[in-house]
Amino acid sequence: MRPFVYEQPADISAAVATASRFTTNDDQPTRANAQFIAGGTNLADYMKLGVAEPNRLLDLNRLKESGLRQIRVTDDGIRFGALVRMGEAADHRDVTERYPVIADSLRLAASGQIRNMASLAGNILQRTRCEYFRETSWQCNKRVPGSGCAAMEGVNRQHAVLGASDACIATYHGDFAQALIALDAVVHAEGSRGARKMPFAKLHRQPGDTPHIETDLVADEIITAIEVPAIPWARRSLYLKIRDRESYAFALASAAVALDLDGETVREARIALGGVATVPWRASAAEQSLQGKKLDEASAEAAADAAFAQARPRQHNAFKIELGKRTLVRALLETRDMKV
Amino acid sequence: MSQPSVASNNGFSRRRFMAGTVSAAAAPLLASTAQAEAPVIPQTKLRQPVVTSLRINEQPYELSLDTRTSLLDALRDHAGLTGTKKGCDHGQCGACTVLVDGKRVLSCLSFAVMNEGKDITTVEGLASSDGKLHPMQQAFIDHDAFQCGYCTPGQILSAIGCVNEGHAESENDIREYMSGNICRCAAYPNIVAAILQARDETKGA
Repeated sequence: MRPFVYEQPADISAAVATASRFTTNDDQPTRANAQFIAGGTNLADYMKLGVAEPNRLLDLNRLKESGLRQIRVTDDGIRFGALVRMGEAADHRDVTERYPVIADSLRLAASGQIRNMASLAGNILQRTRCEYFRETSWQCNKRVPGSGCAAMEGVNRQHAVLGASDACIATYHGDFAQALIALDAVVHAEGSRGARKMPFAKLHRQPGDTPHIETDLVADEIITAIEVPAIPWARRSLYLKIRDRESYAFALASAAVALDLDGETVREARIALGGVATVPWRASAAEQSLQGKKLDEASAEAAADAAFAQARPRQHNAFKIELGKRTLVRALLETRDMKV
Repeated sequence: MSQPSVASNNGFSRRRFMAGTVSAAAAPLLASTAQAEAPVIPQTKLRQPVVTSLRINEQPYELSLDTRTSLLDALRDHAGLTGTKKGCDHGQCGACTVLVDGKRVLSCLSFAVMNEGKDITTVEGLASSDGKLHPMQQAFIDHDAFQCGYCTPGQILSAIGCVNEGHAESENDIREYMSGNICRCAAYPNIVAAILQARDETKGA
């Protein structure tokens, strides 16, 4: 591992100022010399593997702003401080009652130990687990821009069928992000150019020709909070995760679903898909196909077909299209049948 | 006549050798008193060791560490506490599980310097001073909840954390919330039985 200087900034402005001193606006946060660390479950792993090579770590855990560690319910919705740990949010009563899809997505992610360590902001910024990205001897456009993509003709069973490009087919593996994008969450960030907020859907970037640009953040920006709007009908929501083993594995396919129903007719549907796409994936076409329809097996299957209409499989991951469709159909019908 | 103890004073074991060599190196640091409320670590220079204060099993330690040292390596190689095991070293197996301020975490994915001033509990700190095992340790013995034993310290610490989090209410709960601890010998049914037995005695212990 590359040696690094370790610092504990006292507050957000000190953290931003230090990061600003040791990075430039052109630096990608994942490739900058100075990087932020919170839980460390993703970054420490990638530093050990030589995938991430910061020479300065700014530990955010001692920042004095208490809002970073709080979950607050307001009339407008629910606000998660960036440093709240996954396990705490998963067990929080307001989350489990008002936003089951969020609680499910956190509870079904990682392990008990990792959920105790990993911050919410770190979780949404987690980097792909593509084996060709993780192992530095392979070509990888995300890790070394322009070097090629070994996954294209490699073992690509885990890879994405949606949002991929000719440069990269690495899957975004997070679960929480699917709940957030489905519920129109907003991300708050602070950097040397000031504080800003952005729709969660704008945070991650599809790979295109520049897979090394993973998010909209610059290197001295810190996510401070994630807000989810008040959606009374989000009590009818869930996250269904399908994987090779029943627990402690990444999704092969998953679906975050929230439904506003009038009897069995869909007033509004929110759908996001995990394990199948390069970024958190809102399935807008599927949502539209359900609007005003009676939700039954036929309309759910039509929605699933719409969700995967643009899917592009590689040699080993074509099964994800059928699996993804069945996952969504089951998630829709189970959400419809929830007692709320 | 009493039974001779398994490891006599003259006996030699790998464990004793490992622990002995490491703690000899750590001894001068142990002798100095750690401050109860340590200041935050000042900015370091590249490759400059950082003196890190940890409270491990209620004992103060001051360890001089490269910033790259994981909490796991600090425990094993610097504090001489080899009960915590290194399995995958990448957060996938749970063998390195310890409690930090009462919460179960993976010591392999935490840099030791980030734990400045924290309370660490390892498997060495579970038995009471009179040698009585923690109820979870006793339950693992009662139920034969291991075979080779390598994952066991991590399993036990994780089990205590799991119970204290309130996630050991049913067998299914235990299986789900203990999924971060892999047992290559597949002693899972016995581990679940042990946790069920120790659950009520462990709460708050």
